[in-house]
Amino acid sequence: MELAPTFLPSPARQSWRRWLSRGVTALMGLSALAVITPLFLVLYFLIREGASSLDWNFFTQLPKPAGEPGGGMANAIVGTLELLGMAASVGVPIGVMGGVYLAEYGSARANYWLRFAADVLNGVPSIVWGMVVYALLVVPFKTFSAYAGGVALGLMMIPLVMRTTEEVLVLVPQSYREAGLALGIARWKIITVIVIKTALKGIVTGVLIALARVAGETAPLLFTALGNNFWNHNLGEPIAALPLQIFAYAISPYDDWHRQAWAGALVLMLLILGCNVIVRFFSRERR
Amino acid sequence: MTGSSPSSPPLVPDTRPALRRSAGRRGGGPDRSFYLLALLAALTILALIVLVGWELYRGSRLAIHQFGPRFLVSSEWDPVSDVYGALPFIYGTLVSSLIALLIAVPLGVATALFLTEMAPVRLRQPVITVIELLAAVPSVIFGLWGIFVLVPWLRDHLFQWLKHYLGFLPLFTGPIYGPSMLAGGIIVAIMILPIVTSVSREILRSVPNLQREAAYALGATHWEVIRIAVISYARRGLFGAAVLGLGRALGETMAVTMVIGNRPEISASLLAPGYTLASVVANEFTEATSDLYLNALFELGLVLLAITILVNVIAQLMLRTLAGGGGAVKAH
Repeated sequence: MELAPTFLPSPARQSWRRWLSRGVTALMGLSALAVITPLFLVLYFLIREGASSLDWNFFTQLPKPAGEPGGGMANAIVGTLELLGMAASVGVPIGVMGGVYLAEYGSARANYWLRFAADVLNGVPSIVWGMVVYALLVVPFKTFSAYAGGVALGLMMIPLVMRTTEEVLVLVPQSYREAGLALGIARWKIITVIVIKTALKGIVTGVLIALARVAGETAPLLFTALGNNFWNHNLGEPIAALPLQIFAYAISPYDDWHRQAWAGALVLMLLILGCNVIVRFFSRERR
Repeated sequence: MTGSSPSSPPLVPDTRPALRRSAGRRGGGPDRSFYLLALLAALTILALIVLVGWELYRGSRLAIHQFGPRFLVSSEWDPVSDVYGALPFIYGTLVSSLIALLIAVPLGVATALFLTEMAPVRLRQPVITVIELLAAVPSVIFGLWGIFVLVPWLRDHLFQWLKHYLGFLPLFTGPIYGPSMLAGGIIVAIMILPIVTSVSREILRSVPNLQREAAYALGATHWEVIRIAVISYARRGLFGAAVLGLGRALGETMAVTMVIGNRPEISASLLAPGYTLASVVANEFTEATSDLYLNALFELGLVLLAITILVNVIAQLMLRTLAGGGGAVKAH
């Protein structure tokens, strides 16, 4: 018995299908290459343009007025760290406690809507956060301030921290909680001393990811922290930040400032990559 | 009914639901306050959404009363005579985001397919890591790179080529400046590629292997398996990934501001400068001299918020119904 010949595709058709498949594979490989190329291009130019302008002065001096060579971004580097500290003190407690609610208390229905709200909030453009905090903290106090900048970044951190905290808390085995209950420990103590402590590394990882994400934000700081060419001695006054300084220098007409912008961008990128490396180190250990 | 049920109860009962139900009811002072604290933190999320909308509305009331719906369709933006219209900015935001989507969605989905279906296993993790790092690059650094590297290159090469060969289209006419709608679209495309790729990858990974095996059993080639079994199964989720990317594209601020040219005009040519809602707020907010001016900028923010929330809600709904209501696709 022979198979009816109509069921077999012609050899030409077969080979066309094979070649088409190979062609598409190659095309997708090229797409992947195209997607990762920008990172290497950006890093290459950051190092090429930025490294030559990085010197001791960059880390220790204030910006010089236009036209004067030299100067640095010491105030902006410290300012960014101060802003991140304030952001963390707003975003971490609220985000972690929100994550605790999702993981430990909320009903399935409530959690669905809370997660939904967190994801939508996560999509709110960063410039909008700047406007909202301007209306909330800058207008009533009649001054741009470091506080306002820190709060703007902190609010952006909340949904991020909340989701990652929830994710790691639900990984803690239920038997740990049951063991605590069996010993007659109060719920809040079980959650803080047993559950959060077990998942602490994961929570810290989530916080670092959120910090790395807001560290490079410029738009929410434009009309909250505003920027400052001098040291900030009072958090109720405007403060410098690396992203703001990079932006101001990049759109300026001076070559010297462009060089400084590249150097600042290199430092900011290293700060953010540093956070990412720590995160990767942490999460590798956890697996 | 219960007696004839084929599935026997689990050996260890799940205490999760009972623990959740009892939350905050039993227990004394500290237990209850801890519960209320957690509840308060969770409710902050909802409060923030309301707060954002309310503050933007409050800030723009003057402009809303002054211009009414005309604000959305007028293309006059003249701070000197205190007349404001949002159309050029809405147009610029939509067009630059669409350009970004046209570039990022095919590339992102193809990359996700490559990573889940085709790439050698050894290659996958490094590529995924690089894409994650790309997502970590701040907007302002893309902007800096855009101003000094990308835009000059586009001006001297790609734009010349486009104008020379496709100049008969109205899209590629007019003088070449460099900073332009197309440059803005390209930089946004680079910035949303990571999210489009990673969400697409999660969607593709949720396609059951049975689906692929069935197609292979029918003698399909690698590409045919992807086309018949994978893409058709994941189509809805991939669409959700694209919409999520759109949501991000609409709100991109710094990089776009630095390369789009910032001119409030509606031009058919993509080589001409444009302006977006986010950029005009970033540029003019601290310079707003009159109350009405500031209110108009707040109203631009309100328009931007309304568009992005709408797009994000659609994206989340698409991704969630797909994930069976559990919200399997995590926040990005």
